[in-house]
Amino acid sequence: MNRASQKRTLLAFPYIFWIIAFTLIPVLILFWYAFTDAEGAFTLKYLAAVFQKVHLKSLWMSVRLSFVCTVLCLLIAYPLSLCMRSLKISRKWMLTTIVIIPMWMNFVLRIMSWQLILSKNGILNRLFSMLSLPPQNLANSGAAIVIGMVYDFLPFMLLPIYNSVMDVEEDVLEAARDLGAGTLTVIFKILVPLNRPGIISGITMVFVPALTTFAISDMLGGGKVMLIGNIIEQEFLNTMNTHLGSGLSLILMVFILIGMLFSFRLERDQEEYKAKSTAEKEKELC
Amino acid sequence: MEKTLIQNDILIDLKHITKSFGSHMVLDDFSLYIRKNEFVTLLGPSGCGKTTTLRIIAGFETPDTGEVFFEGKNINSLPPEKREINTVFQKYSLFTHMTIAENIAFGLKIRKKPKAYIEEKIKYALELVGLTGFEDRCPETLSGGQQQRIAIARAIVNEPKILLLDEPLGALDLKLRQSMQLELMRLKNELGITFVYVTHDQEEALTMSDTIVIMNQGYIQQIGTPEDIYNEPENAFVADFIGDVNMLDGKVISKSAVEMLGTSFPCTDEGFEAGTKVDVVIRPEDIVLTNPGEGTIDGLVEEVIFKGVHYQMKVRCRGYAFFVCSTVCREAGSKAGLQIDPFNIRLMPKPQSDDERAVHEE
Repeated sequence: MNRASQKRTLLAFPYIFWIIAFTLIPVLILFWYAFTDAEGAFTLKYLAAVFQKVHLKSLWMSVRLSFVCTVLCLLIAYPLSLCMRSLKISRKWMLTTIVIIPMWMNFVLRIMSWQLILSKNGILNRLFSMLSLPPQNLANSGAAIVIGMVYDFLPFMLLPIYNSVMDVEEDVLEAARDLGAGTLTVIFKILVPLNRPGIISGITMVFVPALTTFAISDMLGGGKVMLIGNIIEQEFLNTMNTHLGSGLSLILMVFILIGMLFSFRLERDQEEYKAKSTAEKEKELC
Repeated sequence: MEKTLIQNDILIDLKHITKSFGSHMVLDDFSLYIRKNEFVTLLGPSGCGKTTTLRIIAGFETPDTGEVFFEGKNINSLPPEKREINTVFQKYSLFTHMTIAENIAFGLKIRKKPKAYIEEKIKYALELVGLTGFEDRCPETLSGGQQQRIAIARAIVNEPKILLLDEPLGALDLKLRQSMQLELMRLKNELGITFVYVTHDQEEALTMSDTIVIMNQGYIQQIGTPEDIYNEPENAFVADFIGDVNMLDGKVISKSAVEMLGTSFPCTDEGFEAGTKVDVVIRPEDIVLTNPGEGTIDGLVEEVIFKGVHYQMKVRCRGYAFFVCSTVCREAGSKAGLQIDPFNIRLMPKPQSDDERAVHEE
C-alpha cells in the first residue's frame, strides 16, 4: 500500500467509525430483536405482525399520506422552480432562502404553529368565517398531517428540483422554441425529461421521511390518526415491546429500500442508454 | 455594385430597429433587407450587435423601436415558435435526453407530420450532413463537428424560409471549420434557402457569403459582395477589419496625387478637393518592392517572416513601418524601394461626426 492510499484510509477512519457505531450496529441490533422473542429464541412472528389488521391499516395510511404529500410537494416545487428560474434571482441567494432560513425555527415549534392555525377556533377557521365560508374541521385529521408534512418536507423536494431546473441551458430552451415548441411543449418535452434525476431524488427525499414520520402525525393527528411510525414509536416507548417495534421497523425499511431501488433503477436506465451509445461510437472508431 | 431592389424578392426587412440593454445601445436606427436565396453574413467584432440582429430576426428579442417584416408582413409580435425561421446555435444546443433521430424529428412532430414523412426526412437530413446511421446515437457521444451538423439537420428538416446561423463554427478547430464552411455552401445551394450567418471571422465571411454586412457598435459600416468589401472598403474600419492594411494620414494634392510621408504618390481616387486631409489605405500585397532609388519612396527592411506562400516584411520609411507581402524576399537590414500602383492607393474621408468616429474605436 502506498503512502497516499494509507493517508486516505486514515482520513476515512472517523467516517467508518461513525457508520459502524451509529448505523451498522443499531441496524444489527434491530435485526436481532426483530428475529428473536423475549427468551432469545428465533421467531418470525414479529415480522408477521405487520399482517395484523391494525398494523396493515396504519401502514396503508402511511403510504397513502406520504404519497399525497410527495405529489403535493412535487406539484408545488416544480412550478415554483420554473418561476424562480424565469425570475433570474441569484442562485446562491435562492438556495440560502430554501435551505437555511427554514432551519432558523425549531421543527417542533413549526409544527405546533400549524396546530394553532388548523384548530377548531384557529386562524384558518376565523379567516373562513370572515369570508362567510363554512368552518373546516382540519385539526387531528389526515389532511392536517399532510399539510404539516408538505410544509416540513418541501425544501427537500425544492432543493434538487431547483438545482436541476437551473442547470438547463437557456439556449436549449430557445432551440426548442425555435423549432416550434410552445411553452407547454418546452416544459413537458424538454424541461421535465432533462430534470428527471432531480425530480427522482426529490421524490425519494420526501417520500422516505414522510413514510417514517411520527412526530408530525403525533402533533397534528392528535392520536386519532395512527401512522406506522406512531405504532413503532409506541411499541418502543409505551408498551416496551422492543421485538415488535423492531419487526415493524424492518418491514418499513423494506418498503423504503424498494422505493429507493425503484428510483435508482430509473436513473440507471438513463445511464445505461448513454453508455450503450458511447460503446457503439468506440466500436465504430476502431 | 448597385443592387436592383425588387419588392417581392425581399424576405426579411428590418426597418429603423433600435435595441438597447439597460443603458447600452446595441442597435441604433438599424435597417437591412435580406433577399431570397441570399447568403448574408453579419460580420463584426464582438459587441457590434450582430447576434442581437439575428435574435431579433429569430424572435428571441423584441426591438425597442422599429419594425421587422417577413415577406411584407410585420412580425414584431410573432413569437419564435410561430416564425418560419430556424436557428443553428453556437453551442449546438442539442436535446441530450433524446436520440439523434428524436432531435431531428422534434420540429416535425410538433407540426404533427405523418410518421412516414418524418422517417424519410430524418434519413434525408442525415444523408445531407453526412451522418447516415447515427439515428439511435445519443448527442453526447458525438464530436463537436458532428453535433453541429446534427444541429443543422435538426433545423433544415423543417424547411424554414430562412436559416439563421450564430457563429456555428466558432467552437471547431481550423481544419474542421474549413471543411464545414464548404459543406454549408453546398447545403445552401442544394436547399435553396436563405442563410443569415453571424461571425467575427473575416475569412469565413469572405469564403461563404453572397453579401457581407460589416457592423460596428450597432451601425452598418458597409454592405457588399466579398470582392466589394475587400477591394473597395468604404471606410477605415472596414479596411482594417477585412484583412491587413497599411493606413496612413495623407493630404490630397491634386486629382491624381496624394501626399503622405512627405512624398507625392500618384493615385486615381477622385472626388476630393485639393488640400483635403484623408486616410490612405494600402493593402500589403499591393506594394511592390524594387531596388533602392527605383521606387516612389525608399525604406529599410526591418523584419522578414516566411509565411509559406509569401514573405511578410516590415519596411520602415520615414518613421512609418509598411506591412508588405511579397513572394520575393528582401533581406532584413537591406534597403529597398516601394512602388505602389496608383489604383491600389485608396483614399477615405476622415470621420467627422460622432457616429462615424465610432468606427475607429475598435
